Amino acid sequence: MSRNPLTRVQWSPHVVGAGIGILSWFAFATVDRGIGVTTAFEEAATMVLHALGLADGGWPVSGPTIGWEWTLLAGLLIGAWISARMSGDHSRETVPSMWAARFGDRPGPRLAVAFVGGFLLMFGARLAQGCTSGHGITGALQLAVSSWVFLVGLFVSGGIVARLMIGKKVGSHV
Amino acid sequence: MFESPSTLLLGLVTGLFFGFLLQKGQVAKYRAILGQLLFRDWTVAKVMGTAVIVGSVGVYALVCMGETELAVKPMRVAGVLVGSLVFGSGMAMLGYCPGTSVAACAEGRRDAWTGVLGMCAGALVFVAAKPVLDPLILSLGDLGKITLPGLTHTSPWLWIGGLVVAGVVALVATRRGA
Repeated sequence: MSRNPLTRVQWSPHVVGAGIGILSWFAFATVDRGIGVTTAFEEAATMVLHALGLADGGWPVSGPTIGWEWTLLAGLLIGAWISARMSGDHSRETVPSMWAARFGDRPGPRLAVAFVGGFLLMFGARLAQGCTSGHGITGALQLAVSSWVFLVGLFVSGGIVARLMIGKKVGSHV
Repeated sequence: MFESPSTLLLGLVTGLFFGFLLQKGQVAKYRAILGQLLFRDWTVAKVMGTAVIVGSVGVYALVCMGETELAVKPMRVAGVLVGSLVFGSGMAMLGYCPGTSVAACAEGRRDAWTGVLGMCAGALVFVAAKPVLDPLILSLGDLGKITLPGLTHTSPWLWIGGLVVAGVVALVATRRGA
Protein backbone atom coordinates (compact mmCIF):
# COMPACT_ATOMS: atom_id res chain seq x y z
CA MET A 1 0.00 0.00 0.00
CA SER A 2 1.27 3.42 -0.94
CA ARG A 3 2.35 5.83 1.80
CA ASN A 4 0.92 8.82 -0.02
CA PRO A 5 -2.88 8.73 0.48
CA LEU A 6 -3.42 10.51 -2.85
CA THR A 7 -1.83 7.64 -4.80
CA ARG A 8 -3.62 4.94 -2.81
CA VAL A 9 -6.32 3.03 -4.75
CA GLN A 10 -8.94 2.92 -2.00
CA TRP A 11 -9.82 5.04 1.01
CA SER A 12 -12.00 3.89 3.89
CA PRO A 13 -15.70 4.29 2.97
CA HIS A 14 -16.17 6.19 6.24
CA VAL A 15 -13.43 8.69 5.36
CA VAL A 16 -14.94 9.14 1.88
CA GLY A 17 -18.45 9.47 3.33
CA ALA A 18 -17.32 12.02 5.93
CA GLY A 19 -15.58 13.96 3.14
CA ILE A 20 -18.79 14.05 1.07
CA GLY A 21 -20.73 15.11 4.19
CA ILE A 22 -18.34 18.02 4.80
CA LEU A 23 -18.52 18.87 1.09
CA SER A 24 -22.31 19.19 1.59
CA TRP A 25 -21.71 21.76 4.36
CA PHE A 26 -19.52 23.66 1.89
CA ALA A 27 -22.17 23.53 -0.85
CA PHE A 28 -24.96 24.76 1.46
CA ALA A 29 -22.70 27.42 3.03
CA THR A 30 -21.60 28.81 -0.35
CA VAL A 31 -24.61 28.49 -2.70
CA ASP A 32 -27.52 27.23 -0.51
CA ARG A 33 -27.67 24.08 -2.65
CA GLY A 34 -26.74 20.44 -2.18
CA ILE A 35 -24.82 18.09 -4.43
CA GLY A 36 -26.89 16.61 -7.26
CA VAL A 37 -26.02 15.19 -10.65
CA THR A 38 -29.10 14.89 -12.90
CA THR A 39 -30.52 18.46 -12.85
CA ALA A 40 -27.88 19.62 -15.35
CA PHE A 41 -28.83 16.75 -17.69
CA GLU A 42 -32.48 17.90 -17.67
CA GLU A 43 -31.45 21.51 -18.25
CA ALA A 44 -29.19 20.52 -21.15
CA ALA A 45 -31.92 18.34 -22.67
CA THR A 46 -34.42 21.21 -22.36
CA MET A 47 -31.99 23.52 -24.18
CA VAL A 48 -31.47 21.00 -26.98
CA LEU A 49 -35.22 20.45 -27.49
CA HIS A 50 -35.81 24.22 -27.42
CA ALA A 51 -33.12 24.76 -30.04
CA LEU A 52 -34.84 22.12 -32.19
CA GLY A 53 -38.23 23.75 -31.58
CA LEU A 54 -39.55 20.61 -29.88
CA ALA A 55 -40.27 22.01 -26.42
CA ASP A 56 -41.84 25.12 -24.95
CA GLY A 57 -41.16 26.38 -21.45
CA GLY A 58 -40.88 23.89 -18.61
CA TRP A 59 -37.40 24.90 -17.49
CA PRO A 60 -36.30 22.81 -14.49
CA VAL A 61 -34.96 25.90 -12.67
CA SER A 62 -35.86 29.25 -14.25
CA GLY A 63 -35.01 29.88 -17.85
CA PRO A 64 -32.02 28.46 -19.69
CA THR A 65 -29.17 28.58 -17.20
CA ILE A 66 -25.66 27.17 -17.33
CA GLY A 67 -24.86 27.15 -13.67
CA TRP A 68 -23.35 25.55 -10.58
CA GLU A 69 -24.82 22.12 -11.36
CA TRP A 70 -23.06 22.09 -14.78
CA THR A 71 -19.60 22.98 -13.49
CA LEU A 72 -20.09 20.49 -10.65
CA LEU A 73 -20.55 17.78 -13.30
CA ALA A 74 -17.37 18.90 -15.11
CA GLY A 75 -15.50 18.93 -11.79
CA LEU A 76 -16.78 15.45 -10.95
CA LEU A 77 -15.35 14.07 -14.20
CA ILE A 78 -11.99 15.86 -13.72
CA GLY A 79 -11.70 15.01 -10.00
CA ALA A 80 -12.37 11.31 -10.60
CA TRP A 81 -9.90 11.35 -13.51
CA ILE A 82 -7.17 12.91 -11.32
CA SER A 83 -7.79 10.33 -8.57
CA ALA A 84 -7.77 7.41 -11.05
CA ARG A 85 -4.57 8.63 -12.71
CA MET A 86 -2.77 9.16 -9.40
CA SER A 87 -3.51 5.62 -8.20
CA GLY A 88 -3.28 3.93 -11.62
CA ASP A 89 -6.85 2.66 -11.14
CA HIS A 90 -8.12 3.09 -14.69
CA SER A 91 -9.36 0.59 -17.25
CA ARG A 92 -11.02 0.56 -20.66
CA GLU A 93 -13.08 -2.41 -19.57
CA THR A 94 -16.39 -2.93 -21.37
CA VAL A 95 -17.63 -6.08 -19.63
CA PRO A 96 -17.20 -6.25 -15.83
CA SER A 97 -16.16 -9.70 -14.52
CA MET A 98 -19.33 -10.11 -12.46
CA TRP A 99 -21.41 -9.56 -15.62
CA ALA A 100 -19.17 -11.87 -17.68
CA ALA A 101 -19.58 -14.70 -15.15
CA ARG A 102 -23.34 -14.63 -15.76
CA PHE A 103 -23.78 -13.51 -19.38
CA GLY A 104 -20.39 -14.12 -21.03
CA ASP A 105 -17.81 -11.58 -22.18
CA ARG A 106 -19.42 -10.37 -25.46
CA PRO A 107 -19.57 -6.54 -25.37
CA GLY A 108 -22.86 -6.22 -27.33
CA PRO A 109 -25.31 -7.41 -24.67
CA ARG A 110 -23.46 -5.54 -21.90
CA LEU A 111 -23.49 -2.23 -23.80
CA ALA A 112 -27.16 -2.64 -24.81
CA VAL A 113 -28.23 -3.23 -21.20
CA ALA A 114 -25.98 -0.37 -20.00
CA PHE A 115 -27.68 2.01 -22.47
CA VAL A 116 -31.19 0.98 -21.44
CA GLY A 117 -30.13 1.10 -17.77
CA GLY A 118 -28.78 4.62 -18.21
CA PHE A 119 -32.02 5.66 -19.93
CA LEU A 120 -34.20 4.33 -17.07
CA LEU A 121 -31.81 5.81 -14.48
CA MET A 122 -32.17 9.33 -15.86
CA PHE A 123 -35.91 9.04 -16.58
CA GLY A 124 -36.55 7.78 -13.04
CA ALA A 125 -34.31 10.41 -11.47
CA ARG A 126 -36.10 13.27 -13.20
CA LEU A 127 -39.55 11.81 -12.37
CA ALA A 128 -38.49 11.76 -8.71
CA GLN A 129 -36.49 15.02 -9.07
CA GLY A 130 -33.30 13.53 -7.68
CA CYS A 131 -30.83 10.64 -7.85
CA THR A 132 -28.52 8.77 -5.48
CA SER A 133 -26.78 12.12 -4.86
CA GLY A 134 -29.67 14.61 -4.91
CA HIS A 135 -32.07 12.38 -2.94
CA GLY A 136 -29.80 9.67 -1.50
CA ILE A 137 -27.31 12.04 0.10
CA THR A 138 -28.43 15.69 -0.15
CA GLY A 139 -32.13 15.02 0.45
CA ALA A 140 -31.61 12.33 3.06
CA LEU A 141 -29.28 14.54 5.13
CA GLN A 142 -32.00 17.23 5.10
CA LEU A 143 -34.40 14.57 6.41
CA ALA A 144 -36.69 15.10 3.40
CA VAL A 145 -39.64 12.70 3.23
CA SER A 146 -39.34 12.46 -0.58
CA SER A 147 -35.70 11.39 -0.31
CA TRP A 148 -36.18 8.65 2.28
CA VAL A 149 -39.12 7.26 0.27
CA PHE A 150 -36.90 7.39 -2.84
CA LEU A 151 -34.15 5.42 -1.06
CA VAL A 152 -36.59 2.66 -0.07
CA GLY A 153 -38.00 2.44 -3.63
CA LEU A 154 -34.50 2.36 -5.11
CA PHE A 155 -33.36 -0.58 -2.98
CA VAL A 156 -36.63 -2.51 -3.48
CA SER A 157 -36.59 -2.34 -7.29
CA GLY A 158 -32.80 -2.38 -7.59
CA GLY A 159 -32.61 -5.37 -5.26
CA ILE A 160 -35.21 -7.32 -7.24
CA VAL A 161 -33.70 -6.55 -10.66
CA ALA A 162 -30.14 -7.28 -9.44
CA ARG A 163 -31.27 -10.62 -8.05
CA LEU A 164 -33.14 -11.53 -11.25
CA MET A 165 -30.13 -10.60 -13.40
CA ILE A 166 -27.11 -11.77 -11.43
CA GLY A 167 -28.84 -14.22 -9.11
CA LYS A 168 -27.63 -15.66 -5.85
CA LYS A 169 -24.89 -17.97 -7.11
CA VAL A 170 -22.83 -16.04 -9.63
CA GLY A 171 -21.71 -12.96 -7.78
CA SER A 172 -20.57 -14.71 -4.61
CA HIS A 173 -17.38 -16.21 -6.05
CA VAL A 174 -16.32 -13.33 -8.31
CA MET B 1 -27.78 32.34 -19.35
CA PHE B 2 -24.70 31.89 -17.16
CA GLU B 3 -24.59 32.08 -13.38
CA SER B 4 -21.88 34.32 -11.91
CA PRO B 5 -18.23 33.27 -12.42
CA SER B 6 -17.79 32.75 -8.67
CA THR B 7 -20.83 30.42 -8.55
CA LEU B 8 -19.51 28.49 -11.54
CA LEU B 9 -16.09 28.21 -9.88
CA LEU B 10 -17.67 26.99 -6.61
CA GLY B 11 -19.51 24.29 -8.58
CA LEU B 12 -16.29 23.21 -10.25
CA VAL B 13 -14.42 23.01 -6.92
CA THR B 14 -17.28 21.10 -5.25
CA GLY B 15 -17.38 18.71 -8.22
CA LEU B 16 -13.61 18.18 -8.17
CA PHE B 17 -13.67 17.05 -4.55
CA PHE B 18 -16.85 14.99 -5.10
CA GLY B 19 -15.36 13.13 -8.09
CA PHE B 20 -12.05 12.58 -6.29
CA LEU B 21 -13.84 11.15 -3.24
CA LEU B 22 -16.17 8.89 -5.28
CA GLN B 23 -13.17 7.44 -7.12
CA LYS B 24 -11.16 6.94 -3.92
CA GLY B 25 -14.20 5.26 -2.35
CA GLN B 26 -14.16 2.63 -5.13
CA VAL B 27 -17.91 3.02 -5.57
CA ALA B 28 -17.75 3.80 -9.31
CA LYS B 29 -17.53 0.04 -9.98
CA TYR B 30 -20.13 -2.37 -11.37
CA ARG B 31 -19.27 -4.89 -8.62
CA ALA B 32 -19.70 -2.27 -5.86
CA ILE B 33 -23.15 -1.16 -7.07
CA LEU B 34 -24.43 -4.69 -7.83
CA GLY B 35 -22.82 -5.97 -4.62
CA GLN B 36 -24.81 -3.37 -2.66
CA LEU B 37 -28.09 -4.07 -4.46
CA LEU B 38 -27.57 -7.79 -3.67
CA PHE B 39 -26.83 -6.77 -0.03
CA ARG B 40 -23.45 -8.50 -0.22
CA ASP B 41 -20.96 -5.59 -0.37
CA TRP B 42 -21.81 -2.68 1.95
CA THR B 43 -19.27 -0.13 0.66
CA VAL B 44 -21.90 2.06 -1.04
CA ALA B 45 -24.13 2.10 2.05
CA LYS B 46 -21.15 2.97 4.27
CA VAL B 47 -20.19 5.91 2.04
CA MET B 48 -23.78 7.18 1.75
CA GLY B 49 -24.63 6.59 5.41
CA THR B 50 -21.55 8.42 6.68
CA ALA B 51 -22.15 11.27 4.23
CA VAL B 52 -25.77 11.63 5.39
CA ILE B 53 -24.89 11.56 9.11
CA VAL B 54 -21.92 13.96 8.88
CA GLY B 55 -23.77 16.14 6.36
CA SER B 56 -26.96 16.40 8.43
CA VAL B 57 -25.14 17.66 11.55
CA GLY B 58 -23.37 20.46 9.67
CA VAL B 59 -26.19 21.47 7.34
CA TYR B 60 -28.78 21.68 10.16
CA ALA B 61 -26.21 23.62 12.26
CA LEU B 62 -25.82 26.07 9.34
CA VAL B 63 -29.62 26.36 9.09
CA CYS B 64 -29.89 27.04 12.85
CA MET B 65 -27.23 29.76 12.54
CA GLY B 66 -29.19 31.32 9.68
CA GLU B 67 -26.31 30.72 7.25
CA THR B 68 -28.37 28.70 4.76
CA GLU B 69 -31.84 27.36 4.03
CA LEU B 70 -32.97 23.81 3.37
CA ALA B 71 -33.45 22.87 -0.29
CA VAL B 72 -35.88 19.96 0.00
CA LYS B 73 -37.45 18.22 -3.03
CA PRO B 74 -41.27 18.04 -2.89
CA MET B 75 -43.00 14.76 -2.04
CA ARG B 76 -44.85 14.39 -5.34
CA VAL B 77 -46.26 10.96 -4.54
CA ALA B 78 -46.42 9.37 -8.01
CA GLY B 79 -43.20 11.02 -9.19
CA VAL B 80 -41.14 9.81 -6.23
CA LEU B 81 -42.69 6.32 -6.06
CA VAL B 82 -42.59 5.50 -9.79
CA GLY B 83 -39.34 7.42 -10.27
CA SER B 84 -37.53 5.53 -7.51
CA LEU B 85 -38.68 2.15 -8.87
CA VAL B 86 -37.63 3.02 -12.45
CA PHE B 87 -34.36 4.46 -11.12
CA GLY B 88 -33.51 1.36 -9.07
CA SER B 89 -34.19 -0.93 -12.04
CA GLY B 90 -31.93 1.19 -14.25
CA MET B 91 -29.22 1.24 -11.58
CA ALA B 92 -29.19 -2.58 -11.42
CA MET B 93 -28.99 -2.80 -15.22
CA LEU B 94 -26.28 -0.16 -15.69
CA GLY B 95 -24.32 -1.03 -12.55
CA TYR B 96 -23.66 2.63 -11.79
CA CYS B 97 -25.75 5.53 -10.50
CA PRO B 98 -25.61 8.95 -12.23
CA GLY B 99 -22.67 10.35 -10.21
CA THR B 100 -20.67 7.13 -10.19
CA SER B 101 -21.28 6.57 -13.92
CA VAL B 102 -19.56 9.90 -14.64
CA ALA B 103 -16.71 8.92 -12.28
CA ALA B 104 -16.46 5.51 -14.01
CA CYS B 105 -16.22 7.34 -17.37
CA ALA B 106 -13.18 9.14 -15.93
CA GLU B 107 -11.69 5.71 -15.13
CA GLY B 108 -12.11 4.91 -18.85
CA ARG B 109 -14.87 2.31 -18.53
CA ARG B 110 -16.66 1.80 -21.86
CA ASP B 111 -19.88 0.48 -20.35
CA ALA B 112 -20.14 3.65 -18.24
CA TRP B 113 -19.77 5.87 -21.33
CA THR B 114 -22.58 3.90 -22.99
CA GLY B 115 -24.64 4.33 -19.85
CA VAL B 116 -24.14 8.11 -19.92
CA LEU B 117 -25.32 8.11 -23.57
CA GLY B 118 -28.44 6.30 -22.36
CA MET B 119 -28.81 8.92 -19.61
CA CYS B 120 -28.71 11.70 -22.24
CA ALA B 121 -31.40 9.89 -24.25
CA GLY B 122 -33.46 9.45 -21.08
CA ALA B 123 -33.20 13.18 -20.31
CA LEU B 124 -34.35 14.12 -23.83
CA VAL B 125 -37.36 11.77 -23.75
CA PHE B 126 -38.26 12.92 -20.23
CA VAL B 127 -38.22 16.60 -21.20
CA ALA B 128 -40.26 15.83 -24.33
CA ALA B 129 -42.82 13.95 -22.20
CA LYS B 130 -42.85 16.54 -19.40
CA PRO B 131 -45.92 18.51 -20.60
CA VAL B 132 -47.94 15.28 -20.31
CA LEU B 133 -46.20 13.82 -17.22
CA ASP B 134 -46.17 16.90 -14.97
CA PRO B 135 -49.96 17.47 -14.76
CA LEU B 136 -50.48 13.73 -14.35
CA ILE B 137 -48.03 13.51 -11.44
CA LEU B 138 -49.46 16.62 -9.76
CA SER B 139 -53.03 15.29 -10.11
CA LEU B 140 -51.96 12.20 -8.12
CA GLY B 141 -50.89 14.24 -5.11
CA ASP B 142 -48.15 16.64 -4.05
CA LEU B 143 -47.46 16.72 -0.31
CA GLY B 144 -45.00 19.59 -0.76
CA LYS B 145 -41.49 20.08 0.58
CA ILE B 146 -42.00 18.10 3.77
CA THR B 147 -39.31 16.81 6.13
CA LEU B 148 -39.53 14.05 8.74
CA PRO B 149 -39.22 16.52 11.67
CA GLY B 150 -41.76 18.86 10.05
CA LEU B 151 -44.25 16.05 9.46
CA THR B 152 -44.00 14.78 13.03
CA HIS B 153 -43.61 18.21 14.73
CA THR B 154 -40.37 17.09 16.35
CA SER B 155 -36.89 18.60 16.56
CA PRO B 156 -34.54 17.75 13.67
CA TRP B 157 -31.85 17.07 16.30
CA LEU B 158 -33.91 14.14 17.58
CA TRP B 159 -33.70 12.58 14.10
CA ILE B 160 -30.04 13.46 13.65
CA GLY B 161 -29.28 11.96 17.07
CA GLY B 162 -31.11 8.82 15.97
CA LEU B 163 -29.04 8.67 12.78
CA VAL B 164 -25.80 9.05 14.76
CA VAL B 165 -26.81 6.24 17.15
CA ALA B 166 -27.83 4.01 14.20
CA GLY B 167 -24.49 4.73 12.53
CA VAL B 168 -22.47 3.88 15.63
CA VAL B 169 -24.48 0.66 16.16
CA ALA B 170 -23.93 -0.35 12.50
CA LEU B 171 -20.21 0.42 12.82
CA VAL B 172 -19.79 -1.65 16.01
CA ALA B 173 -21.89 -4.52 14.60
CA THR B 174 -19.89 -4.73 11.35
CA ARG B 175 -16.55 -4.45 13.18
CA ARG B 176 -17.55 -7.44 15.33
CA GLY B 177 -18.72 -9.40 12.32
CA ALA B 178 -15.39 -8.78 10.57
